[in-house]
This record gives sequence, structure tokens and C-alpha cells, in this order.
Amino acid sequence: MPDGAAHVTIRGLAKRFQDAVVYEGFDFDIPRGRFVSVFGPNGCGKSTLINMIAGLVPTDRGEILLGGKSVKDTNFGYVFQNYRDALFPWLRAFDNIEYPLKLRHIPQAQRRARVERLVARLGVTIDLRRYPYELSGGQQQLVSIMRALVVEPEVLFLDEPFSALDYEMTLFMRDQLQRLFLETATTMVLVSHDLEEAVYLADHVLLLSRRPARIADYVDVPQPRPRSAATLSDPEFVRVKGHCLEVFQRAVRGP
Amino acid sequence: MRRVFARDALAQALLPCIGVVLLLALWYLASYVRVVDPVLLPSPVAMMTALWRGMTAGSLAHDFLRTVERTTVAMLVAAVIAVPLGILLGSSERLYRSVEFVIDFFRSTPASAVFPLFLVIFGVGDKTKIYVASFGASLVILFNVAYGVMNARKTRLLAAKVMGASRLRVLTDVMLMESLPQTFVGLRNGVSLALVIVVVAEMFIGSVDGLGHAVFDAQQMFEMPDMYASIFAAGALGYGLNLLFLLVEKRVVHWSGK
Repeated sequence: MPDGAAHVTIRGLAKRFQDAVVYEGFDFDIPRGRFVSVFGPNGCGKSTLINMIAGLVPTDRGEILLGGKSVKDTNFGYVFQNYRDALFPWLRAFDNIEYPLKLRHIPQAQRRARVERLVARLGVTIDLRRYPYELSGGQQQLVSIMRALVVEPEVLFLDEPFSALDYEMTLFMRDQLQRLFLETATTMVLVSHDLEEAVYLADHVLLLSRRPARIADYVDVPQPRPRSAATLSDPEFVRVKGHCLEVFQRAVRGP
Repeated sequence: MRRVFARDALAQALLPCIGVVLLLALWYLASYVRVVDPVLLPSPVAMMTALWRGMTAGSLAHDFLRTVERTTVAMLVAAVIAVPLGILLGSSERLYRSVEFVIDFFRSTPASAVFPLFLVIFGVGDKTKIYVASFGASLVILFNVAYGVMNARKTRLLAAKVMGASRLRVLTDVMLMESLPQTFVGLRNGVSLALVIVVVAEMFIGSVDGLGHAVFDAQQMFEMPDMYASIFAAGALGYGLNLLFLLVEKRVVHWSGK
């Protein structure tokens, strides 16, 4: 299937929590091999959206397909916001990364080879014999991203992956993630509460309205990759970001 | 500069000794000026001599080992029953809630209150002493293991699930590991309780050996230095067991608190 064709298709999605209608008749397509950021007001259901796509949260109604298949038959990766809780502290970093391969009953020699191939490809310099609690926050999140990537997923979901990191580390991790994206061309869906980050990383920004969430806008970010710190002050980038902010503010105020 | 650090480190290491030295000094002083009848409170030197004699030539070493043996067997029985049961109950919160009252009730029952019952069932032998200790320890262990499993971090369970782990794999790979820190808390509390019960049982339930018997016997014979020596041996055993579990815990659950 060509890049840019619909990879994840969402049709007639409905979800409510108690009395709050979060989604009602929601349709959306996520294009293959592209990076989509999801941005919107607090509590509008950004994370709920990717959790429903990933099958972590049940939907009330509607259909979600990934490449025409249900999520159960899909090879996907998921990166949690809280890396400290998401990694297994009793396993060394290396064993954490190879754990999903173990679940797939891949023999040890092959597991090792695949992790080592991933490490080489990404140019990771972390000492993977260490335990997660011996690594810095950024290194831990990098390990958990590698754990998600080692299965060579069709889609990678990231739920505010850098929000627990300091600014310097966030900048570094953005570039790591961009590099991973360019390296692997995996379809990536990022939930972010940082507009700059959402725009910087994305091919397309999905802007959601307040509850019940509707598509406030779907903005293309045409900047060439690899993007760098210079991109942040590029007039076109600033214009796109400004436009997103405007839409966001209108969305927060509501209709 | 370095010398200051070295002195600080030495001071740190010596700090815990102050209490010991203070206690010994007070004890020695009390027995020296005869505040208490020297028959009731012999000097620490007399106690240490009795301890040495008891451990090398007398029966104290045998008594010590018998108590260690009973406590160990009691703990093994308790752990073999309580750990799997705790995991089972903890893996379903509804299941645990359904038996929570029963567990809490027996956990709050003084184990010594069931001695007569166990005597009727198991007779006047080692079995009663060991099984009552197992009974007390197992409830403490069970409670801690179940809570350890129930309090497994939700994100970690979700992470395993999202990677495609089956329910059984989530249980064995994540819940079990997550419960280990709390399990060790249970084991440590359990061994303390088991020792208490074993020593009490050795005192009063037709015993011919054990530290409880040694303390009781020395008191009956009015051999006060021997009695203090036996008490000291029991204290050292309790402290040693706790320390042993702490050291094992630190090695096994290396991630705890990090």
C-alpha cells in the first residue's frame, strides 16, 4: 500500500464516560508512513483516542481498523507517558527491550540479534546491561521506545512521551524520535500537550475541539526533514504553529 | 579534607554502638552498686560467661539449634501455603474481598489462643509448636502477598498487555514480580511472629529443648546468669533472622524503592 493512503480508519466512533460524551460519530483516517500529532484542549479525549485505537480502552460504538485488520491482529507499539512505571525494573534494559520478542516465542539468539540490530541502526550508546533505575529519564524513555520498536510495528502510538522530561532532554528526545521516524518510516501517532512539539514532529496535526471531540482542523506541516532547532524559527513553521494556536484557542472557547 | 571524611565515616559507624555501650555500662553499674539484688541481676560478665559455657559445653547450643529448626520448618510450611494462596487471592480483587474478613479476623486472633485447639489435633509434640507458628506466620504472609499482587502498577500491567502478553503471562511476568517487595515485608514480619510463637510454645507445651525451654528451665532452677544468657541468645536469633531476610531482600528485590 502506498505511503499516505489511509492506514488507520476510524468510522462512527462513539465513547462516553458516565455522563460525558467524549466522541460521537467521529470519523478520521491516519495516513500510512506519516507522523500525525493529536493536539487539543485538556480532557478532550486525546489519549482516549489512541487508547481506543490501540485497544486499551473499549469503544461504545463504531469501527476502528488498522490496515483493514482489527487491532488484535496488528503488530503495533505503544509508548507510555510514565516510563518509570511502564518499564520492568527487575529486568536489565536489554531484557526489557527483548521482552515483546519473548512473548512472540522468538528464540534467544534471534532475539539478541534483533535488539542488537535495532541498537546499531539507531546509534544508541546507552549501556543496556544497566537496570532502568540506573538510567536517566531520557534514557529510560528511549529504552521504552526501543521496546515498542523492536517488534517492527506497523503503527507506533506515543502518549505524551516526553512530558516527564526536562526541556533540554525533551529537545534531544524529539530529534531522536524524528530520526527513528526517518529510519523506520513507521506510521506514528503522537499525543502531545506541547504545541511546538506537536507541530515540530508532525506531517499532519489533528486539532480536536472540546468535548465531544470533533476535528477542529487537520493541518499539514510541509517543512522538510530532518528538521532542527533552526526549523523552530522558520517563518513557515511559525505560521503553521500560529494557525494551530488560533484554532486551538477557538476550540477552547467553544462554539 | 580526606581525614575529616574518614573521621566522619568512623563516627557514623560507631554511632549505633553508643546504645550498646551505654546499656552495658548501666547494667554493670547497677549490679556493681547493688541497686538490684545480685541474684536477680547478675553482672554482664556473669551473663557472658554463662552464655559462653552454655554455647560451648552446655545445652544452650542444642536449644538454640532446635529453635532455629522449628522456626525454619514453620516458615517453610507457612510460605508454601501462603505465597501461592496470596497470589491467587490477590490476582482477583473480588476474590480477595470475599475472604478479606476471615483473613483479617484470624490475623487479629492471638496465635497463642489456638494452642489448645492445635494440642487436641496434633498432640503434645513438635507438630503443635510448629503448626501454630505456621498458622500465625502464614496469615501475615498471605495478607502481604495478596496486597502486593493487588497493588501492582496499572501502567506496568497495561504495558505487558499492550505488548501482547496473555493473562497468565501478565500474572507470572509482571504481577508476581511486582508483588515481591511486599512479599518480603510479609516474610520478615512472619519470621518474627513465628519465632515468638515457637519460643512461647517451648516454654509451656511439654518441651525438652529449645530456647523457650532453656529460659524457663533456668528460671525454675534459679540459675539467673543462664536465664539471661538464654534470653540474650533468643534476642540475637530474632535480630539475626531479621537481618538475614533484609540482606536476601536487598539482593532479590534490588529495584525496591528506586
